[in-house]
Amino acid sequence: MSVQIENDPDTHAEETGIWSWITTVDHKRIALMYFATSLIFFLIAGAQAILIRIQLFRPANDFLSAEVYNEFFTMHGTSMIFLVAMPMAVAFFNFVVPLQIGARDVAFPRLNALSYWIYLLGGLYLTSSFFFGAAPDRAWTGYANLTLPQFSPGLNMDFWLIGLSIVGISSIMGGVNFITTIINMRAPGMKLMRMPLFTWMTLVTSFLLVTAVPIISVALIFLGFDRIFGAAFFDPARGGDPVFWQHLFWLFGHPEVYILILPAFGAISDIIPTFSKKPLFGYPIVVYAGILIGFIGWGVWSHHMFTVGLGPFADSFFIAATMIIAIPTGVKIFNWLGTMWGGSIRFTTAMLFSVGLLAVFTIGGLSGIMHASAPVNLQQHDTYFVVAHFHYVIVGGTMMGLWAALYYWFPKAIGRYLDETLGKWHFWTTLIGLNLTFFPMHFAGLYGMPRRIFTYPEGLGLEIWNQLSTVGAVIFGLSGLIMTWNVIQSYRKGERAPADPWGASSLEWALPSPPHHYNFPNIPTVRSREPLWDEEERREVEGVTMAPPKAEPHMPNPSYWPFLLAASITLSWALVMTGIWWVIALGMIPTATCVFMWAFEPAFPEGAEH
Amino acid sequence: MQNLSYETERDSEGGRGVFSRLVGALLLLATALFLTACEESYPQSTISPHTDFAEIIHGLYVNIFWWTMFVLGVVWILLAWVVVRYREREGDEHPRQIRGHMGLEIGWTTGPALIVLAIAIPSIQAVFATQRPISDDALLVEVTGHQFWWEFHYPEEGVTTANELYLPADRSVSLRLGSADVIHSFWVPKLGGKRDVNPVVAVREPDGEPEYNWLYFTPFETGVFLGQCAEFCGDSHALMRMRVVVQEEDEFEDWIERWHVPSPTAAPPEAEGEAEEEDEVPETGPAADLDQEVDAGAAEAPAPDPEQVSLGRDIFLHQSTCVACHAIQGTTAQGRIGPDLTRFGERMTVGAGLLDNDRENLVRWISDPESIKPGVLMPGVDRPGGNWPPTNLTEEQVEAVAAYLLSLR
Amino acid sequence: MAEGAADHPPTSTGVDNWKLGFWTFIGSECLFFGTLISAYMVYRGTAVVGPFPEDIWNIPLTTLSTSTLLFSSLAMVLALDGVQRGAKKFALSWLAVVIAMGGTFLAIEAYEYSHFISEGLTLTSSTFGSSYYVLTGTHKVHVFVGMIWMAALWWMIYRDKIPPKGALKVEIAGIYWHFVDIIWIVIFSLVYLIS
Repeated sequence: MSVQIENDPDTHAEETGIWSWITTVDHKRIALMYFATSLIFFLIAGAQAILIRIQLFRPANDFLSAEVYNEFFTMHGTSMIFLVAMPMAVAFFNFVVPLQIGARDVAFPRLNALSYWIYLLGGLYLTSSFFFGAAPDRAWTGYANLTLPQFSPGLNMDFWLIGLSIVGISSIMGGVNFITTIINMRAPGMKLMRMPLFTWMTLVTSFLLVTAVPIISVALIFLGFDRIFGAAFFDPARGGDPVFWQHLFWLFGHPEVYILILPAFGAISDIIPTFSKKPLFGYPIVVYAGILIGFIGWGVWSHHMFTVGLGPFADSFFIAATMIIAIPTGVKIFNWLGTMWGGSIRFTTAMLFSVGLLAVFTIGGLSGIMHASAPVNLQQHDTYFVVAHFHYVIVGGTMMGLWAALYYWFPKAIGRYLDETLGKWHFWTTLIGLNLTFFPMHFAGLYGMPRRIFTYPEGLGLEIWNQLSTVGAVIFGLSGLIMTWNVIQSYRKGERAPADPWGASSLEWALPSPPHHYNFPNIPTVRSREPLWDEEERREVEGVTMAPPKAEPHMPNPSYWPFLLAASITLSWALVMTGIWWVIALGMIPTATCVFMWAFEPAFPEGAEH
Repeated sequence: MQNLSYETERDSEGGRGVFSRLVGALLLLATALFLTACEESYPQSTISPHTDFAEIIHGLYVNIFWWTMFVLGVVWILLAWVVVRYREREGDEHPRQIRGHMGLEIGWTTGPALIVLAIAIPSIQAVFATQRPISDDALLVEVTGHQFWWEFHYPEEGVTTANELYLPADRSVSLRLGSADVIHSFWVPKLGGKRDVNPVVAVREPDGEPEYNWLYFTPFETGVFLGQCAEFCGDSHALMRMRVVVQEEDEFEDWIERWHVPSPTAAPPEAEGEAEEEDEVPETGPAADLDQEVDAGAAEAPAPDPEQVSLGRDIFLHQSTCVACHAIQGTTAQGRIGPDLTRFGERMTVGAGLLDNDRENLVRWISDPESIKPGVLMPGVDRPGGNWPPTNLTEEQVEAVAAYLLSLR
Repeated sequence: MAEGAADHPPTSTGVDNWKLGFWTFIGSECLFFGTLISAYMVYRGTAVVGPFPEDIWNIPLTTLSTSTLLFSSLAMVLALDGVQRGAKKFALSWLAVVIAMGGTFLAIEAYEYSHFISEGLTLTSSTFGSSYYVLTGTHKVHVFVGMIWMAALWWMIYRDKIPPKGALKVEIAGIYWHFVDIIWIVIFSLVYLIS
């Protein structure tokens, strides 16, 4: 079989044009689409945040009305979590994981494309609510019974619950796909305890996704039945209990917190060793700590509900569980410090963001300890102190980690560096912006500012903290623009990157940047945790990864069914809004048709099937 | 690549200075937290306890605060050291490839575990200490959350009022919390932590008992304390505020007693002979003094124009939908949907802690409550509210109703 | 069928990707039904107005539908065995039995629904009605999807599209069918029997 890869330098664009993107099942291209989409949603939700901050700049401000403000903070939270932080992590799962474990693609490439298209269309559906003047306005937690039609007439919350259901389907599919990929598609010798930390944390996150998302799906189904068909799940007059919604929501919502943070932890666990030029300190401990966090994450949900009145015994249990989860988190932080200790640290932008995460996330972790204490929580719950806390965790943790990952893996994905000077600007504006925005919120909260209020009166002593926050938000907004500009510029004309620009240890760096569309011409055999840091092993690995393929790699066919199926699923769900049985039933027909067509389409070229 | 790493190093050099300065600034801010904690310019401060309940919480908070500062200090100092000491220098040898150290792992697992224990134990103790009634003779108040106002009912005293909760100092209070619509949260920071005000879930007759949340505390200082709803409850969640007036025991008893005596202008003179006499006599005595004390923020009572008041009364009681929702002690108005307006003229605010209770604001409120409080269930002059049609009152009529309400002292 | 497995044999665990992926999905489904069943349990006894469960359960009838579904699992095992042995007629007959029994189950359950509705138990009448109908309704949708799946497989076998080495397709459908069956046993025990 004659193979020409030398003549195929720009492999990820061996086909171009919009059609090739719509039909692609290549995990690397899907990763790019995931990233670009989440970046756009990031800018939209970020703009909402700026408008929120402008409204809060002065007491009794009338820049935004109560209704518009409520829509903005609801959509800001919902989008940042479901349309930005989660999918941006998934972008990196997609790009990095198959390369790190020595696979040519994920286990189910078409399902992977389907996940992306469902996410995109679900996100567009949710965001389109603004154009109907019916954006969700009851907070990202959608607490019943406020969300029942009696108190929330209009389509606003229908958009919310159906939009989230759609995006949830994508998450479950992604989870199934990555679990199968990581467990089943590792290169020879890539034992579980040799996997890079990012892959490990992807695995833990995927398990959390497939177990947690079904719970919110059920909660949304209940709420949908209540809103659209008049069921009694959350109606107190018929015996329904609004607090039950909170249990379901947080039973999902707390694992969700770890779904958000673990990918970032995974990324910096790969980045810190690279730039310290030392292997990860206490590798097995860091892995077990991540798994433990995933497990205990299931037993702490009611620490979001200390004010609900669950009684002293439940409160005590959840205090204990929540405090326990702080221990593995602390262990991780100390192990990262141990990794850097004695190293020779090179401060690239990726490393700066990783170190920034350590410094800033710790604040969020520790304020979390404060309101893990139920009595203290009674004061801090639903105040800006909590707003400060979770922004420190999500921005200072998740987003810092994802930006680190961006600077680290961009050269591999695109074949060009992200500009380091702009990167430094991005880092420092982020660091200053986020601290200036969120640190004063601690004080606003301590001085009695509840969250989710569109205005506050003069004389409570809240003015200065809000003004600082608003200034900080503008700086932080600026950092987002710098980053976006950097991504666009560097994608087009950034400095060319070699195969291994950072001197890293894992398999993806043994491939050209960007990698071939089939990733590995030949599958390497792995003998250690850092295959590229051992002279001999590196030679062996590169001997197969840099050579032409011995046999034509059989890659899956492109397919337009993922896109069509995603479109029909979105349509089917959107029709649920009508509340008319036969319309909903008819709406299922395109979905069913697409499933059938998909099932009968060969996934691989003729002859490749065996 | 070479070039890049050179740049990187130089940049980080400059960066470190900014970083350490930032660290210093943050530490300073953290200290400021404690210096400013007790200042009275923060009427809704969570760190200025005025009850036993709030004090337990505050003590615990301070305890945890220092533990977390300690941990933060350790992490940041280590981080700063590592970042400064182990940055890449020219001529660096390749670092020793250390993969871990069991002793260290055990150390930094048990260390934090002990700290966590030191935090968890007093937390759990405080949970049990604060979630039970303080004494048997506590004052019982039934708090009902509404979109977007508070109802306070004293079942033993037979008193109902709205948005301004009167409590005696040095006597234990048990607040029974229930909501008439959605979830609210009762929160007056200086008096202690918040507790959700959940809708009362219907139960199957006859053996079911509805469940309520409770708050227990003993205020030990007099004063006016600000609070507001702390659980997002709809469009005007931000505007669902309240005041708690803690008075000496005898003043409180007076307040209770006066509630049962109808305001002189409440009912038409013909209806109640006794009221007629009082109508002529301006308010005097200790009650009026109390007003002055309590109504620090409210406007002086304007000299009521008796004719206007009487016109307003007629409109309120007979020619409008007001009485469908509102009650005024001593009159035929016994609506239970909206706030009880007995002795309304003594209230400090109108619209649930929103505006000073004066003529101008009250006229604004009656004319168009929706513009002040979006989503309110009270109709305006030409805007419906909830299920109620517009009141269609003229400007003159609105003025009269306002005068009547303000006369209820 | 073996998507992704094309030239990556054998997988790290030796288990086919589809099988592993599908088991993961089943795990997700367990959480899904687990939440639905928990909701029913949490709401037990919270209905304010009747009819209450003890007023309307018809245990013998539901036992009949349950055993129908239970035996359909046996038919499923036999059908798979037929496909693996290449016994086309055998496989087709038993697969038809699976579909028929699924249909019988749905028919009995539909009768039960109509009976309950005539007794006044509806989706909107109480928390009991809501949690009962959403839980069992979701299960019925699963049975219905399974029947369509089986029908598609029946057609493929009939057209000789599934050789013995392609039996994985039927095996995975079988996993699904057994899962739906087991979930019903759990629902039957927790919802109907423990009252």
